Amino acid sequence: MRPVRRFFCAPNVACANLPTRNTIGQNLFEKVWDAHAVRSLSNGQTQLLIGTHLIHEVTSPQAFGMLRDLGFKVKYPSRTFATVDHIVPTDQRVEPFSDPLADAMIRELRRNADEFEITYFDLATGKQGIVHVVGPEQGITQPGTTIACGDSHTATHGAFGAIAFGIGTTQVRDVLATQTMALGKLKVRRINVEGVLSPGVYAKDVIMHIIAQLGAKGGIGYAYEYGGSLLDSFSIEERMTVCNMSIEGGARCGYVNPDEKTFEYLKGRPYSPDGDEWEQAVERWRSMASDKDCSYDDVVNIRAEDIAPTVTWGVSPDQAFSINGSLPDPESAASEAERLSIDEALAYMKLEAGSAIKGTRVDVAFLGSCTNGRLSDFREVAKFLKGHKVADGVKAIAVPGSQIVDALARKEGLHEVFTEAGFEWRGAGCSMCLAMNPDKLVGDQLCASSSNRNFKGRQGSPTGRTVLMSPVMVAAAAVSGAISDAREVFEVERAVN
Amino acid sequence: MALEKITKVTGSAAYVPGNDIDTDRIIPARFMKCVTFDGLGEYLFHDVRKDENGVDRDHPLNDERFSSASILISNANFGCGSSREHAPQALYRYGFRAVIAESFADIFFGNCTTLGMPCVVAKAEDVRALAAVVEANPAAEVTIDVVGNRVLSEGIDFAVKIPQAAHDALVAGQWDPIAELQEGDSEVAQRVAALGYLPAGK
Ligand code: SF4
Repeated sequence: MRPVRRFFCAPNVACANLPTRNTIGQNLFEKVWDAHAVRSLSNGQTQLLIGTHLIHEVTSPQAFGMLRDLGFKVKYPSRTFATVDHIVPTDQRVEPFSDPLADAMIRELRRNADEFEITYFDLATGKQGIVHVVGPEQGITQPGTTIACGDSHTATHGAFGAIAFGIGTTQVRDVLATQTMALGKLKVRRINVEGVLSPGVYAKDVIMHIIAQLGAKGGIGYAYEYGGSLLDSFSIEERMTVCNMSIEGGARCGYVNPDEKTFEYLKGRPYSPDGDEWEQAVERWRSMASDKDCSYDDVVNIRAEDIAPTVTWGVSPDQAFSINGSLPDPESAASEAERLSIDEALAYMKLEAGSAIKGTRVDVAFLGSCTNGRLSDFREVAKFLKGHKVADGVKAIAVPGSQIVDALARKEGLHEVFTEAGFEWRGAGCSMCLAMNPDKLVGDQLCASSSNRNFKGRQGSPTGRTVLMSPVMVAAAAVSGAISDAREVFEVERAVN
Repeated sequence: MALEKITKVTGSAAYVPGNDIDTDRIIPARFMKCVTFDGLGEYLFHDVRKDENGVDRDHPLNDERFSSASILISNANFGCGSSREHAPQALYRYGFRAVIAESFADIFFGNCTTLGMPCVVAKAEDVRALAAVVEANPAAEVTIDVVGNRVLSEGIDFAVKIPQAAHDALVAGQWDPIAELQEGDSEVAQRVAALGYLPAGK
């Protein structure tokens, strides 16, 4: 019998055991925390129940090893879901893989999923993909729940109003063995973004702008709640892009309150509740949203019209600015530490203080990742890419975030738009976001990338250079052969009007 | 499970300067193609320690004077980026037993604590002073008094912060939470039943 995997709540039961509070409203983080708090631990942390556990091949094998060493079983195998994403090749997808280490990892995951009876979206299922794309598209990611995954971008699932934590391998063991983990409660910072974006500015620019404003460590100790009229107007996939990069801002998790769009998105997905359970679930999900009169530990207000197409110029995600900005001068830095950081970043990126980044030659264009590898990303790029060609000397790859994204894009003929323009259309996986598979930068190649990290060596070459930007900006870089303002390359203003 | 009570860490130290030293830098992704953590120590800071031809670059950990260091000193936001436990594991297997920095990324901090490797937060000027001592005398003994939240070395004595939960867990020898989490089994079952979305009775 297929185990029950649906997420729903028996009416009125969930609330019965909640600690009563006489205070005014609660925010979503507090509600979810209270609903999942099992008890206090001796060190003052909370034992937190994890509703959904997602695993992949890189951070789980050692956890299963520890589990075996201790003689433990997986406590709730039906609440754990596995996929393979980081090491899968995106071109040659037949096994055995040419890389024996990658091959050993996929075999190990298969063995663990088998032995512990865990649902595994393997390559042959047609549902494989990046864990943060697969969870939402299967309807596994649901509002008001706790989610954990041995991957820092688990924050992505917050787009549904889930509290989703990236965890280390020992914690993966803890969740496997007990379906709980030890955690200290976070503070909550509300980030309001009000207004509308101008044409050519996207969700990716919004989160990069927020990180540039608040800093890469600004969110330490916080959960970020994103809201305001702009977030309300965003699609679920746009919200995923925003929540995805919470971790780049130092926050442990990020979320958007669930609304009708969230429910609409989830309706009819394989693991979404259906029938009577659907109504009950929606009722519960709705009740988990932050109350109007709740309080926050901090509030930040951002105006949508201040956000420009944003690119990184350095080796930390907060080293970002408007595409039309000029590179900072270390000599005018506010502190010695900042001067060193700017110096180091410019030297690594081989960029010159005071000059523009626009016009910098690009060797590689990468479209994909859990930040921007969903159907809406490829659709948006395809709108502009038609009739353009990738510039000579640029290697451009488009990598769908999952096999389902791949199939849907093909159905719409999107892959043809990309291949006609000179992009390679690949199979699903993390690919060049962190280059654990064969997709890597070579030497000091510069990559225009729709991914989320511009760390030194992130894309597979110890001297490789990454410039983060929105998917449409990546396409503009690909066709012009240089970092460009997509609004100029594609005459965005005209195209949308 | 009886674990070691981590009340203090003593040893020589190495200073690896820089803000926002991310886990990709601590252990580059390609070395995570493994199914155990064994052998990760060898690749610690690999790409900043070696050039493309595998030749040593100028890096504190390539300096023989710091080869027996067991305490790492660094600056702000140490361990940001990926949640990979491979990063603390690489530090531990290389021989480090504690990190002193101006601040730590959350996930990295938690991962270190569960390995019994204290991460202590020091003021920027204290980090600078300690780094100066260590550079002048690489053999200088550094002691992290975990119980008393202090760092001591030659002519140095300053306060550090360790979040209370981590502090208590280390000092009490309860830094690996698994045993205590398992003790909560019946309460977990109750919570599961109350929430109604996990299959009960498993
Ligand atoms: S796409 Fe990149 S950031 Fe996302 S899970 Fe894969 S490697 Fe991590």
